[in-house]
Amino acid sequence: METAKKRMLTGNKAMAEAIAQEMENDKNVFVLGEDIGKYGGIFGSTQGLMEKFGPERVLDTPISETAFIGAAIGAAAEGMRPIAELMFVDFFGVCMDQIYNHMAKIPYMSGGNVRLPMVLMTSVGGGYSDAAQHSQTLYATFAHMPGMKVVAPSTPYDLKGMMTSAIRDDNPVVFMFHKSLQGLGWMDQLDYAVGHVPEESYTVPLDKANVMREGKDVTIVGIQMMTHHAMEAAERLSQDGIEAEVIDLRSLAPIDKDTIINSVKKTHRLVVVDEDYRSYGMTAEIAAIVSEEALYELESPIKRLAIPDVPIPYSHMLEDFVLPGPDKIVETVKQMMDEA
Amino acid sequence: MTKFEEKQPSVSVDKLMWMYEQMVKIRYYEDQMVEAYTEGKSPVFNIGEGPVPGEMHLATGQEPAAAGMMVHLTKDDTVTAPHRPHHHAIAKGVDLKKMTAEIFGKETGLGKGKGGHMHLFDPQAKFSCGGIVAAGIPHAVGAAMANKMKGKDWVAVAFIGEGAANAGAFHESLNLAALWNLPLIVVVEDNSYGISVPKKSSTSIESNDLRASAYGVAGAYVKDNDPVAMYKASEEAVNRARNGQGPTIIEIETFRFLGHFQGDPELYRDKEEVPGLRARDPIMKLRQQLLDAEHVNEKELEEIETRAKQQVDEAYQFARDSDYPKPEAALDDVFTS
Ligand SMILES: Cc1ncc(C[n+]2csc(CCOP(=O)(O)OP(=O)(O)O)c2C)c(N)n1
Ligand SMILES: [Mg+2]
Repeated sequence: METAKKRMLTGNKAMAEAIAQEMENDKNVFVLGEDIGKYGGIFGSTQGLMEKFGPERVLDTPISETAFIGAAIGAAAEGMRPIAELMFVDFFGVCMDQIYNHMAKIPYMSGGNVRLPMVLMTSVGGGYSDAAQHSQTLYATFAHMPGMKVVAPSTPYDLKGMMTSAIRDDNPVVFMFHKSLQGLGWMDQLDYAVGHVPEESYTVPLDKANVMREGKDVTIVGIQMMTHHAMEAAERLSQDGIEAEVIDLRSLAPIDKDTIINSVKKTHRLVVVDEDYRSYGMTAEIAAIVSEEALYELESPIKRLAIPDVPIPYSHMLEDFVLPGPDKIVETVKQMMDEA
Repeated sequence: MTKFEEKQPSVSVDKLMWMYEQMVKIRYYEDQMVEAYTEGKSPVFNIGEGPVPGEMHLATGQEPAAAGMMVHLTKDDTVTAPHRPHHHAIAKGVDLKKMTAEIFGKETGLGKGKGGHMHLFDPQAKFSCGGIVAAGIPHAVGAAMANKMKGKDWVAVAFIGEGAANAGAFHESLNLAALWNLPLIVVVEDNSYGISVPKKSSTSIESNDLRASAYGVAGAYVKDNDPVAMYKASEEAVNRARNGQGPTIIEIETFRFLGHFQGDPELYRDKEEVPGLRARDPIMKLRQQLLDAEHVNEKELEEIETRAKQQVDEAYQFARDSDYPKPEAALDDVFTS
């Protein structure tokens, strides 16, 4: 089989490879953050960079997120292309002013005269009992603010291609990577955290969703881990004769309305699955887009699966209960089909 | 007066005995946690598996900071702790059974299984901790403020790592506490690392007590992880706070015997480092000092050790015997009733 020849990489190595290639191409690219040097990033996103590029361009920072993310903004305004890592997205609180009021707004407030070509990369996601302050995705919190591109890739191929695009983009990009999709040895071993990644540099656009599986009966839109759960659910539904179309959103902002609407026009049903809080979130946004632009295409009400508006609990029974997974997706789709 | 007290009149050997018991309890508690955490995670380590999943930051080697401060505190004083909280919790008198049950994710836990090891809250013991670096410092400022407003002489102590002293919250809090002359003590536990980053790569000065002058507060430095020196520095700071003389920063040089978290490959650390630190074990040091003081004999110390271990064993048994919460309980407690 041809696949045997494919070059397979884990998510973290795909990301680190994109960064390394861009650092080779452009001396203005540098990385800063906590434990990104010798340690290679707690989630492996900078693995090998210190060895290749040294401490001048791979900077371990103190635990001073406001200072080093703010410094990335200042350096970007001077024409550098910094990549700052916020170790867990949950730590956004200590540096949100720099992100929300400065990184996102300076290009606009300057009438487009100041460019901030920077990447803020950050890990997201739960499912391993890291509790309320280390398990969030906060997709919508970031996608909500105009002025930042926000991406959430779910395959090694996209992690590399979208990281390359993010570094080359002249706008601030929030690059969210899912911890469990990094393919790390100390977390769940998931097949889809390893995938084909070409060695040569390539880009994946920052504004296009990806149809992962075609189907005619229902559209399931997922983000990162939830896309993979949707794929598993789709395989199971297929055995019962239900063919789901699975869309991997990939880009949270800007959002690819066309791909979603075109799919709904075909399937006439929509389920949105999100690992973020339910209210005011990505599921609501997608449901609103479809209601505004394709309401009469729908044969049944839109269903949303998300964290039921509680902080992420520690105990695994509790966490399992609040996280959407393949079982809940299958159940929801079947209910939807029965109601029709 | 014992020989020890003759040499160090300000130090009570009874209090040192209390410290010794706490330190032994902490050490044994963390040793048991290493075992419990490893269950279900071998031969292949998976952070999400076993009876104690998630991140686990242990305080083995850092006992003097907690014991030396807490020996001067009462139930009415408030303590906030960071992500590495077990030593503080134990010495502050947090309910050991409920704490352990929480770490095992059980419904009998301090937070009914919702918080976990980084998020322990025991209002009875006036103890809390959290997973966001430096976040506990302003909470201690607030507790100190409340104490002052209530007209009490209670103090508030924030424990942090040396890495946290570079966060904005540290600097803002100390300025505020100094400005308002609050009964606040910040104990900086310098275990040489913030995860993998050595102090010299993160901190622009030698030690954080030197920063005291920037806020106009008192500073003290405890070297060599020394329990008696920590006792003395803490006593002064607590007296100062209780007497309305304002905040203190204490930095203690301490030892992280284990990884930042369990499962840390520690590739950033010299292999010889930990054996060197273990050779300077603060518990063995205090034990010898107590024997030298001729205040206790070997047998009495063994009794203390047995008692401490028994309490820990009971707590672990309680945790293991307790039930998991019902899954739907995840929806409760967003608001208090
Ligand atoms: C605001 C914030 N930034 C980063 C982290 C990730 N983090 C957790 S512990 C830690 C190191 C803390 O070092 P130190 O304060 O020295 O405490 P120690 O772990 O050594 O006890 C870091 C960076 C965090 N939890 N919160
Ligand atoms: Mg430290």
